[in-house]
Amino acid sequence: MSAPAMGTSKTAHTDSSHKKKKGPGTLATAYLVIYNVVMTAGWLVIAVGLVRAYLARGSYHGLYYSIEKPLKYFQTGALLEILHCAVGIVPSSVVLTGFQVMSRVFLTWAVTHSVREVQSEDSVLLFVVAWTVTEIIRYSFYTFSLLNHLPYLIKWARYTFFFVLYPMGVAGELLTIYAALPYVQKTGLYSITLPNNYNFSFDYHTFLILVMISYIPLFPQLYFHMIRQRKKVLGHVEEYSKVE
Amino acid sequence: TARKAVVFFEVEILDAKTKDKLCFLDKVGKILPSFSLYWYPARQSIRLDPKGKSLKDEDVLQHLPVGTTATFYFRDLGAQISWVTVFLTEYAGPLLIYLMFYFRVPFIYAPKYDFTTSKHWVVHLACMCHSFHYVKRLLETLFVHRFSHGTMPLRNIFKNCTYYWGFAAWMAYYINHPLYTPPTYGEQQIRLALTVFLFCQIGNFSIHIALRNLRPPGSKTRKIPYPTKNPFTWIFLLVSCPNYTYELGSWLGFTLMTQCLPVAAFTLVGFIQMTVWAKGKHRSYLKEFRDYPTLRSPILPFIL
Repeated sequence: MSAPAMGTSKTAHTDSSHKKKKGPGTLATAYLVIYNVVMTAGWLVIAVGLVRAYLARGSYHGLYYSIEKPLKYFQTGALLEILHCAVGIVPSSVVLTGFQVMSRVFLTWAVTHSVREVQSEDSVLLFVVAWTVTEIIRYSFYTFSLLNHLPYLIKWARYTFFFVLYPMGVAGELLTIYAALPYVQKTGLYSITLPNNYNFSFDYHTFLILVMISYIPLFPQLYFHMIRQRKKVLGHVEEYSKVE
Repeated sequence: TARKAVVFFEVEILDAKTKDKLCFLDKVGKILPSFSLYWYPARQSIRLDPKGKSLKDEDVLQHLPVGTTATFYFRDLGAQISWVTVFLTEYAGPLLIYLMFYFRVPFIYAPKYDFTTSKHWVVHLACMCHSFHYVKRLLETLFVHRFSHGTMPLRNIFKNCTYYWGFAAWMAYYINHPLYTPPTYGEQQIRLALTVFLFCQIGNFSIHIALRNLRPPGSKTRKIPYPTKNPFTWIFLLVSCPNYTYELGSWLGFTLMTQCLPVAAFTLVGFIQMTVWAKGKHRSYLKEFRDYPTLRSPILPFIL
């Protein structure tokens, strides 16, 4: 899911008006700055790649192929974020971050990469664009926060763009999984049937359907969490506008 | 004749979170009566410090570090359910669910298999072992175990039952499936597995009896367990929680017997959970008893 924009907005990334809690050491901070800069750059490369391909072809169909490699590199690279939480240099929950990153990696590799026939679907563009914009904002947010120079615009963008990007990403993801279903069923992709020596079976087609169903309880929770975060982080802005 | 001086206390109870005064009792003798009908005693947590540990039922007012006006903090533990109820429910489920799959009740497998039996004798053996295991657990819950706490939070029963019942259904589905494949090394493998299983069942039961005998009926005392005349308890020399060690062994035996991946998964998850519990128990033994034997490991001799 295009969820990583949430949940990681904890202590080390708040602006300097908050009391500074025990954050990462200087070496860890330097590493994290480099990491976040590289990731920002990576997703910018993807953004530029999409624009250039669109201008070159004159249509928005089949743009996936033009950014397939950087998408795989940089989305997979996000696995490091789980390590950051586990080691403690980022104050987020390992479980939450793990879940978010794994769902992205799942969509990138286990759906889009594995089922060639969906790569030309427009739904793929839908979630790639959502992810790209989200990640550019999110990684630059972290970069600036670590350097204690967070422009309000970035903070605002992070806690506002999700209103559109999040449903957009979810729609793209669900439509892509849905498009993959018939091919998975026909080819028995990633499925194990009985009988076999380990007395186990797995039906990837059914699994994908269950994944789609899981969006129903999960998406609203994550969405409303972001809305609550927004009130907390940007809250004072609303008060001023009410006074007018 | 001399009269024994009786000390009376004034007691006030505040909510641990809001600090609202919930009730005030004057002239309290030794025992603090439970003060509410809505919050039945099992869900009341009374402590001296709002963030501190709960006082125990046995604590006596006179022996607590309070002045003549004692202030206690109350925390609602949420709806509670008795341990015995939880255990009975979570163990009865797997027993019955497995049998449903064994007898191939309709709507599980294809209709032509309804109420048929497996042609593999290991499947019958597995059913006996699985059922025996859970019947043993139920009987132990009723007649052997002496629980430290009466109750646990209500939501635990949903969590625990999902775990036990879910895994039981998953395992039973494959073992009793018409397309089940018996173990690769046939009778040899099954015989070894059965030996391991039975050995560990007896071992596990021996430990439960030894632990029960440590504690007189109705008491909640804690003592260091030691090996008894029963050879199955000699493992106490090397391990703090041999009941978990034997439990792991039983399930390894069952995995070997059925050669079924979901059983292996259940064994692994159980092992992880039991290791967490064993480590906790080991740590509290070390904290409570200064003369605790140093050779012991929590769950696996010398390893874990």
